Amino acid sequence: MSEAALLRLDGVNTHIGPYHILQGVELAVPRGGLTMLLGRNGAGKTTTLRTIMGLWHASAGRVRFDGAEITDWATPDIARAGIAYVPENMGIFADLTVRENLLLAARAGDIDDARLRWVFGLFPALKKFWSLPAGFLSGGQKQMLSIARAVIEPRKLFLIDEPTKGLAPAIIGNMIAAFRELKQTAATILLVEQNFMFAKSLGDTVAVMDNGRVVHAGSMAELAEDRELQHRLLGLSLDSHQ
Amino acid sequence: MTDIDAGELAKRRPYDWAPLLLVPLLALAALPLIGSLSTWATLTAAGLAMGMIIFIIASGLTLVFGLMDVLNFGHGAFISVGAYVAAILLAPLSGLLQADSLVLNGVALLALIALAMTATGLLGWAFERIIIMPVYGQHLKQILVTVGGMIVAQQLIIVLWGPVQLAFPLPTAFRGAIVLGDVAIERYRIIAVIVGLVVFAGMLLVLNRTKIGLLIRAGVENREMVEALGYHIRRLFVGVFVAGSALAGLGGVMWALYREELTPGMGMEVLVLVFIVVIIGGLGSIGGCFIGSLLVAVTANYAGFLAPKVALGSNIMLMVLILLWRSRGLYPVANR
Repeated sequence: MSEAALLRLDGVNTHIGPYHILQGVELAVPRGGLTMLLGRNGAGKTTTLRTIMGLWHASAGRVRFDGAEITDWATPDIARAGIAYVPENMGIFADLTVRENLLLAARAGDIDDARLRWVFGLFPALKKFWSLPAGFLSGGQKQMLSIARAVIEPRKLFLIDEPTKGLAPAIIGNMIAAFRELKQTAATILLVEQNFMFAKSLGDTVAVMDNGRVVHAGSMAELAEDRELQHRLLGLSLDSHQ
Repeated sequence: MTDIDAGELAKRRPYDWAPLLLVPLLALAALPLIGSLSTWATLTAAGLAMGMIIFIIASGLTLVFGLMDVLNFGHGAFISVGAYVAAILLAPLSGLLQADSLVLNGVALLALIALAMTATGLLGWAFERIIIMPVYGQHLKQILVTVGGMIVAQQLIIVLWGPVQLAFPLPTAFRGAIVLGDVAIERYRIIAVIVGLVVFAGMLLVLNRTKIGLLIRAGVENREMVEALGYHIRRLFVGVFVAGSALAGLGGVMWALYREELTPGMGMEVLVLVFIVVIIGGLGSIGGCFIGSLLVAVTANYAGFLAPKVALGSNIMLMVLILLWRSRGLYPVANR
């Protein structure tokens, strides 16, 4: 896996004020697959994504992306290196229209027509509300916009933080379909998720975090089949989720 | 993308008109209290002119506030410095300024404004590098160092130009009034309103029709996300800070012409009104800043005429009332 890793974290530590959140994270994200980052609340998943993006800086360890060490890079430079980020709170610009939100993400200038049609295919609601301020969208539509903004131009890696949080089951179904289509473009995705069924249906590989460390890494299929492992790592009883 | 635009089914949100009605309603309410139509018209025109000048000064400050959460009390220094630097050209250009020609007066005034804006723009750049940059994210230190910066600037003005007030006469063609029946409106007030409207329109154009404007609006809302999209918000902020400082310089010249005099403390005096405007407008909101400026100035003029003893506190009362109605200002920016 390490040979093909697009992103690699080696012994990454992150402090936020007096708190030592990440305590030596080791993580490899294979090129061209969807890696699920799972773990209980407070395990350090969001901090890991924010550290990769340079929004919080690692106090020790290294972050390597596509052959370059990006540990100390500024966030805009990390984004320009080809990483798209969808934060947990979606990061939508509520006063800007749907169009303007997408236009901001199109660093090349205007939005590519074909790409926009593809995005509208993934999330038809965005076409409907094209000129509406994003603050007027529902929670699910905002999440769609947030993901659309990440994919409006091709990127090497997508970091997506809990896309199903607070969404209705029907919308989660749409999200799964959208991510399946995104996977078909050979995109590399690192996706933080609490919803195990969602993770199981999409993930190729998985890393499980606990107390600021990656405590398990392997294939998603392997974890999905091993209920004992799920229970030990995630405190899950799949019976209650199925 | 146009064919997709044409096919869209986008809804339109209702525009929030209520704040726009405040100034006309206030003016109408003041008319019976003032009694005389001509006095009311004079006061209203003076209030609108003063409001436009306050807007020119406050617009940069509200964007700086909104974009980087920087509390810049040093903004007052740019007002004074702009006016004093412009005054350097009063003597060399006196022939043009005193000529009985609108064109020559206008050319001279543009030269004064260009010098003031260049000087305050450069000063703003240095101020941001030396004073603001080391205290990002530390509000208490920002207040201390920017107030300190303003005091230093004020004292330097006293050293260079002296502590006494200096005359800043209006160009010949801008003096006098236009008389419509019983109503006399000073020419300069009309010019101040026009300049204010041009600045407002220019800002709306930049903010709503350019990528830079889009980035500023997005940055005011969520600067972290703008950075995560690949844009260096610090560079953008420096640009906004320089532009805001230059606008304060323009406002300083306009304010000096309005009062026809210069004093070293003129920036500090206006700054109180400017902060009230920024707060009641909604932090980072240009539309709110525009309405807030007019409200503050018109209220000050009416209160000064009707009840001079309460005039000083009238804007504080206005701020309290606005914030009781809309706690985040007239046009709050989302996510702030």
